[in-house]
Amino acid sequence: MSERRKPRLAVWKFASCDGCQLSLLDCEDELLEVAGAVEIAHFLEASSATAEGPYDVSLVEGSITTPHDARRILEVRAVSKVLVTIGACATAGGVQALRNGRDVDEFLRLVYARPDWIDALATSTPIAAHVKVDHELRGCPVNKHQLLGVLSALLAGRSPAVPRESVCMECKRRGTVCVMVARGTPCLGPVTHAGCGALCPGYTRGCYGCFGPMETPNTSSMAQALRAHGQAPDAIARAFRSFNAGAAPFAQEADAHDPS
Amino acid sequence: MTAPPTLRLARADLDALLDAVRADGWTVLGPTVREEAIVYDRVDRAADLPAGWTDVQAPGRYRLERRADEALFGYAVGPHSWKRALHPADVRLWRASRTADGFAVDDAPPAAERTAFLGVRACELAAIAIQDRVLLDGPYPDPIYRARREATLLIAVQCGTAGGTCFCASMNTGPGVTGGADLTLTELLEPAHAFVVEVGSPRGAAIVARLASPPPPATEPERAAAGAVVARTAASMGRTLDDPARVPAALQETYDHPRWDDVAQRCLTCANCTMVCPTCFCTQVSDTTDLTGDHAERWRRWDSCFTLEFTHVHGGSVRQTARSRYRQWLTHKLSTWHDQFGTSGCVGCGRCITWCPVGIDITEEVRALLAPAAPAPGGAQ
Repeated sequence: MSERRKPRLAVWKFASCDGCQLSLLDCEDELLEVAGAVEIAHFLEASSATAEGPYDVSLVEGSITTPHDARRILEVRAVSKVLVTIGACATAGGVQALRNGRDVDEFLRLVYARPDWIDALATSTPIAAHVKVDHELRGCPVNKHQLLGVLSALLAGRSPAVPRESVCMECKRRGTVCVMVARGTPCLGPVTHAGCGALCPGYTRGCYGCFGPMETPNTSSMAQALRAHGQAPDAIARAFRSFNAGAAPFAQEADAHDPS
Repeated sequence: MTAPPTLRLARADLDALLDAVRADGWTVLGPTVREEAIVYDRVDRAADLPAGWTDVQAPGRYRLERRADEALFGYAVGPHSWKRALHPADVRLWRASRTADGFAVDDAPPAAERTAFLGVRACELAAIAIQDRVLLDGPYPDPIYRARREATLLIAVQCGTAGGTCFCASMNTGPGVTGGADLTLTELLEPAHAFVVEVGSPRGAAIVARLASPPPPATEPERAAAGAVVARTAASMGRTLDDPARVPAALQETYDHPRWDDVAQRCLTCANCTMVCPTCFCTQVSDTTDLTGDHAERWRRWDSCFTLEFTHVHGGSVRQTARSRYRQWLTHKLSTWHDQFGTSGCVGCGRCITWCPVGIDITEEVRALLAPAAPAPGGAQ
């Protein structure tokens, strides 16, 4: 078999904490395999050496929060054959989407000594609100196995399998006892997108919803169940306003319980 | 020599029975307390069993509580079913590796370990019989299920405690064991803590024959007491499926019933009911490759009719709404399962009621669906 040209991989950062990019560097056992399978052409978190595009696969972390980034994502899209968004910031606007609908100018005055130096948008929006996205990986941060799964699928030329079912299905497959039913612990698992492997329930914690809404989230029934488990309306609003506050089903449910 | 059909085993001799099971080459899975629940896991000694624990169950609620006695099987059923062992949640179907001139496939089914299930309830025996019919009968038996099923010893325990969501009595699947087990135990708590043991198969007899001190036959009062345990449990079911004989045909007339919209308001489409159901058997198959492209694997995993992917065909998913998905699940379980497999798909174990995070109760839904039509608008009420 003749040696084919290695696919060129780029990793891009927008408004984010770098945690999702770190998930790639966290693939310690597989990192050499990744480096062997692709040419890592642009990945500032890993190396300051960069190569010009175009790129076969771009992994995009972070949300769009500035006019500069709104222009930059168009350039990234233009030099990328396949664009994969990674993490809650890129797929839903991240925790910084809490500012959406609020007075951002007031935030700037409160936080910065020279707010006039800041050029920020009024909203934090997902990448898909700006350019066409080919595949999305949810999570805060993304799951490294899912990340490797998507890269492997793209390298093999097949469509990545990223189930949009509930976290409950992962819980039940691994045999974890339901923390909500058996302990009365509030848990967002039934409305949350699978992918983490039911990490928190595995440690007897309720799901925090890091992976955002599952395919058909019945958030109002979920909220009623949280109510029945002793959660006050403001606690329910906060539960839906975390890493995926900007995802429409969670945002709407949070608003429905916000006493303000 | 054949073992007497009904024996008496003292509580203190249960470890000897477990030793005999293991000596016959079986690994024992049984009830044990873990994560605030009674789950099925490896059991080596009677001390691993949930002595003095019971489960208090209601729609969407499960709690362990202490009993006033030291009963080992004084609970109903937990979140796990034996499906976990017989029809595993994740299983590799084959793997393949690239070779110099093509690829080599390894599709040898993994060897099934000889496993004894201890504490199998009557409803669970019924569920295993249903899965046997689905996965073994017909032209394409499932080799993975078959290997595991053939390597399984069933030690049943008749229920002495009905759960708050149990309704096996109305499904005619329990709480008494009517066959299908290698050994059947009934736990007696007085006058002395002991078990009445019925031998149901040559394999069960082989276990009993290994006991160093053969157990005596159960006395007539002990056998009567065992019968009374079952009768008492049958009379204290937490739930009832009304008029079960009428249900399969009657549900066929409900496809446009407004109750489906009502339950869809509550249903989370989270799939918990199907995951905990001891008869739900649906799986999905997906392929993986590694980064080098030199290795590929095909995996099978539990799937659910509550996902969109389940009915995804060209153009999208057939069952888009929670209404259509819940209706599919309930009518398959209680009605069309009869057409497909000749029995109900429900054994009345109550797991789907208990482990539904919002406590949707299949018996209550059926009651509402089959109730006489509501009074016309303008009437009283």
